[in-house]
Amino acid sequence: MEYVIKTDRLTKRFGDFTATNEITFEVEKGEIFGFLGANGAGKTTAMRMLCGLSIPSSGTATVAGFDVYKQTEEIKRNIGYMSQRFSLYEDLTVQENIRFFGGIYGLSNREIKTKSEDLLEQLELKNEAKKLVASLPLGWKQKLSFSVAVLHQPKIVFLDEPTGGVDPVTRRQFWDLIYEASAKGITIFVTTHYMDEAEYCNRISIMVDGKIEALDTPANLKSQFKASSMDQVFYHLARGAKRSD
Amino acid sequence: MEQFINFVKKEFAHVWRDKKTLLILFGMPVIQILIFGFALTNEVKNSEIIVMDQAKDQASQQISSRIAASRYFDIQNSVMNNKQMEAAFKKGKIKMAIVFPAGFNEALLHQRKAQIQILADASDPNTASMLTNYVSSIIQDYQNSIDKAAAIPYLIVPEVRMLYNPQLKGAHNFVPGVMALVLMLVCVMMTAISIVKEKETGTMEILLVSPFSPLLVILSKAVPYLFLSLINVASILLLSVYVLDLPVNGSVALLFVESTLFIITCLSLGIFISVKTDSQQMAMLISLMGMFLPTVLFSGFMFPIENMPYPLQLISNLVPAKWFYLIVKSIMIKGLGFSAIWKETLILGGITLGLLVVSLKSFKIRLA
Amino acid sequence: MSSAFAIEVNELRKTYGKEQLVAVDDVSFHVNKGELFGLIGPDGAGKTSIFRMLTTLLLPEKGTAKIDGYDVVADYKQIRKTIGYMPGRFSLYPDLTIEENLRFFATVFGTTIAQNYHLIEDIYVQIQPFKNRRAGKLSGGMKQKLALCCALIHKPTVLFLDEPTTGVDPVSRKEFWEMLKRLKAQDITILVSTPYMDEATLCDRIALIQNGKILSINTPQNMIQQYPEQLYAIKADQMYELIKALRKYPEVMDCYAFGEYAHVSFNGSFEDNKLKTYLKAEGLTQIEIKPVPPTIEDYFIKLLKN
Repeated sequence: MEYVIKTDRLTKRFGDFTATNEITFEVEKGEIFGFLGANGAGKTTAMRMLCGLSIPSSGTATVAGFDVYKQTEEIKRNIGYMSQRFSLYEDLTVQENIRFFGGIYGLSNREIKTKSEDLLEQLELKNEAKKLVASLPLGWKQKLSFSVAVLHQPKIVFLDEPTGGVDPVTRRQFWDLIYEASAKGITIFVTTHYMDEAEYCNRISIMVDGKIEALDTPANLKSQFKASSMDQVFYHLARGAKRSD
Repeated sequence: MEQFINFVKKEFAHVWRDKKTLLILFGMPVIQILIFGFALTNEVKNSEIIVMDQAKDQASQQISSRIAASRYFDIQNSVMNNKQMEAAFKKGKIKMAIVFPAGFNEALLHQRKAQIQILADASDPNTASMLTNYVSSIIQDYQNSIDKAAAIPYLIVPEVRMLYNPQLKGAHNFVPGVMALVLMLVCVMMTAISIVKEKETGTMEILLVSPFSPLLVILSKAVPYLFLSLINVASILLLSVYVLDLPVNGSVALLFVESTLFIITCLSLGIFISVKTDSQQMAMLISLMGMFLPTVLFSGFMFPIENMPYPLQLISNLVPAKWFYLIVKSIMIKGLGFSAIWKETLILGGITLGLLVVSLKSFKIRLA
Repeated sequence: MSSAFAIEVNELRKTYGKEQLVAVDDVSFHVNKGELFGLIGPDGAGKTSIFRMLTTLLLPEKGTAKIDGYDVVADYKQIRKTIGYMPGRFSLYPDLTIEENLRFFATVFGTTIAQNYHLIEDIYVQIQPFKNRRAGKLSGGMKQKLALCCALIHKPTVLFLDEPTTGVDPVSRKEFWEMLKRLKAQDITILVSTPYMDEATLCDRIALIQNGKILSINTPQNMIQQYPEQLYAIKADQMYELIKALRKYPEVMDCYAFGEYAHVSFNGSFEDNKLKTYLKAEGLTQIEIKPVPPTIEDYFIKLLKN
């Protein structure tokens, strides 16, 4: 089995506060991996380390085969990243955003041209290509933002609460995009507060107070905790949390 | 009233808990006083002077016409007695006076030695020393020209007196300037930022959706800065008296009253900026570019206003700091009373009232 | 002034900017006294604009709205005395402690903590152990509790909560809704907005809102009953393959993922065995098909697609 992410007792401390405490897990190629946890459980810190934005205090981890201590530049070239907050430039047009983000990931102008045509076709945004991103509805922005994050065909894409506040229809269209990317072999690493979305993941981990308390497929987790829904599993685990952000 | 007091208390808590800002707030006057301790040199043109010619003889008139021909000087109507001269100095109408004693030519011809009295307003020490140097060299030139024809050399002794600031202390000039600057910074920028901050964090929404009057919100935000600014005025004065050995010649109480007036001017400006902007960065930028720069440029303490082109001189009249600077100079250095500065005070008061009305009127009781 | 309704909204309209983007499009609804009413819709649906007009922060372009019989434009001063408001973002002073924040908001509304302590007691005891901690250092859940206390401290007749649970984890969300239920018992009318469909069933009545328009107003139970078709939940070993296969199946009217199942509705008759055979032929295993009652989210999706 090919692992795209592999961590071993990965830890991050800020002073005497241990934000992420010895987390160990693997994510397979093409897997949709749900990374859940209550506010302040340490998800963001863990994700920053995996994206090469923050050096761990101890433990080891490789992302796309690169070491998170020494090869952060290589990691950044092989991942895509999208969050609810920092997605696209609102004051640039759809086309300009695609061109810009394609450019920073080193795509040639020809590649950008063909890929952006495909992308606009797929998202049915052809007529909006020259419009400012600010004028698009939130759901469209998020879909566009995801497509831009995988434009350079990264090995793995990190999604930080990508569907927060999006309407239920667009949310599902968004997950269609995720499934498609996963079918193409792109690994998906996603956080969410929607528990129904946790069900769409191949496997999920639930973090509580800096530690991974549970990690399995949704079905196995439900039977393990004798719960009828992921909501209950989450509630069962996170209820005892001592800290939050 | 209890509401208001509680509100003000809360504002003090904000200021007190933000140690970095607090440090800037109180460190700034000290640092600025030290920085501006190195006075700056500027060229002076067309300075108003008077010539009091009690001799009215050939030599005195020849020297006078040489001075009049210089581009540095602009001779005003001559006055004949000391009282008139003193009045002209105090009103700031003249920078220098040259006095030829009676029998100047006679003394020069018979005793080969004569005196000229040069009096300069040294509350602006740079200008004063430059002007006296120019006059001395003109006199020197004249002396050399008559020497050529004579066997025994003539000697004209210029007796220079620096008025108001005999040691030519630069501090005299920059202390009022720093005061204007610091008050401007503290009041305008801090008030604007603290109000805009409430907009940014969303607390303004809650305050608006409360029975508390929006005007009181604004006023109670201004109170702590009025208080802090008065502390700054006090600390600047203490620094100048005990560190720079610069006494306050006039009434300290009057100085504080005038400072309070200027602080209110600045607070109204700060409120106006906060009404018109929605982000802290924007408020800061506007405060710096729109308020700080004109204060430095147009208040007259770094660049003499009389050297500026006429349109800029007109603009300088709109800068409140200019009037405050004149007031502080008059009180601190010249030791003048209210009767000498009522005009400036009136102008400053007018500007303040205008700003206050405009900013309170444009304050919105809703979000948009 | 007395009125039968706590909130009365008539053809309220708001547009923004030069392009006249319509944020609120002739919205009308009313909220009964003591009711817990939910505005349910995604971000950008116009919820916040409606809240701001009702809390007198924005002027409506057209239409009228009354709170306790007072007009939001003409009687704004009166309204500001009686309502409580918790805006969408965290809006307390981060540099003041829990207690200082609460005391400050109490005085702003001309009251004291002691006077209405009974209203907030339930919630306040949970954060009281940290009362000397600065609000900026609190957890998301605790901030939310403090904000609610601050909005309640003057005993408002109507409480406006704009997306109080956005970005909050499921555990804290659950706790928050339990607090709201207890407040309802104190005769406070509550208007709450949320993008989370699963919270809709916790309201007495809800309005589903999208693109500035109200799509439907009813009790959650009635909405569910109004759902026109029988809904089936279908499961297989691979969700995405399942959905793709179902969408190709001619009798399928609509199909979308819903947690571990796909929710499917059919045109006309539906034969369990025929579908199972088809799905097996598509390479799927562990197939499970069962009828399910629709949820508010199903209803919302239905409305959006029409």
